[in-house]
Amino acid sequence: MRGMNLVFVLLLVGAAIVGAVRGDVKAVGQGAFEGASQGVTLAIGLIGVMALWLGLMRIAEKAGLVEKLARAARPVFRPLFPAIPDGHPAISAMLLNIAANMMGLGNAATPFGIKAMEELEKLNPTPGTATNAQVLFLAINTASLQLVPTTVIALRASAQSSDPAGILLPTLIATVCALTVAILAAKLLERVWK
Amino acid sequence: MEVRHAFEIASSWILIVLLVGIPLYGWVKGVKVYEAFVEGAKEGFNVAVRIIPFLVAILASVGAFRGAGAMDALAKVLAPITGPLGLPAEVLPMALVRPLSGSGALGLLGNIFATPGLGPDSYAGRLGSVLQGSTETTFYVLSVYCGSVGIVRYRHALAAGLLADFTGLTASVTIARMLWA
Repeated sequence: MRGMNLVFVLLLVGAAIVGAVRGDVKAVGQGAFEGASQGVTLAIGLIGVMALWLGLMRIAEKAGLVEKLARAARPVFRPLFPAIPDGHPAISAMLLNIAANMMGLGNAATPFGIKAMEELEKLNPTPGTATNAQVLFLAINTASLQLVPTTVIALRASAQSSDPAGILLPTLIATVCALTVAILAAKLLERVWK
Repeated sequence: MEVRHAFEIASSWILIVLLVGIPLYGWVKGVKVYEAFVEGAKEGFNVAVRIIPFLVAILASVGAFRGAGAMDALAKVLAPITGPLGLPAEVLPMALVRPLSGSGALGLLGNIFATPGLGPDSYAGRLGSVLQGSTETTFYVLSVYCGSVGIVRYRHALAAGLLADFTGLTASVTIARMLWA
């Protein structure tokens, strides 16, 4: 995790230096404490939706729905995730996560994504280190998949824009570019980044 | 507006179909749906607790960085370089915050919309809108998803995620320059 170690240290050292130079060291500590409690608030806020969707997922699993979905999604997922066995629940969880993301259902997307990571972890021979499949799945999720950015359009509308939805197509094009690079980067770097 | 409404209605319907359809399908298939639901839901709490340390690590360090004013300082240094490329000083802070904080970036976008002389239909307002919609809170996504299964070595996930954000930014600026400059 050299990446995250570096990010962590850079952010904290950068904060201390700029805080000292600007003579406002107090704000550094304050920012850190606010961030810390924000992290807990976010996690606690997830409990309800997590429980709801994981409960529904368990029903779907027991009814055989998850496996059916995974088999149906096989042609698309096979070339991207060759290491995952056919009909594995990881595939349906990833499919549901991506579909929820595209529809802008963030509340459902996160539980499905976490479920997908858990299922992928069951196939992980080196727990604690991300597998190629996990990295690719994460990369797809770091490209904003939402088809219609409803929050942005609503914000534009409330700011009296003459054309709130005019950014729709440009956003979609930029998203496709980002997604393409995310998949390519995950696939190409997996050979060198062990 | 029409597009957004149609889409929101479609999204709500999909939600309801899943919410009602899954238990109904399970019931028809002879699954003890109530027991299965409760059993699965139990996991929700554990997962949320498991991701807390990961979220605190990233959000506390980002909080310190932003609190110190380091983001604004960085934006001031970079603005003379990015300005001529089509990323003006008004939008640059948003581009820098975006991978770290989704709500932070949305707040900055709101500021651009509310600034006299800019507004949602200005170049900065449109570019910011496209940027918000085509990039993701990479650090949050990685913290939550890796945290939920205890992954601490992300390998190339961070590089791929940041490359995706950078591509989203470059594409947004390129498109904005072609359409609205």
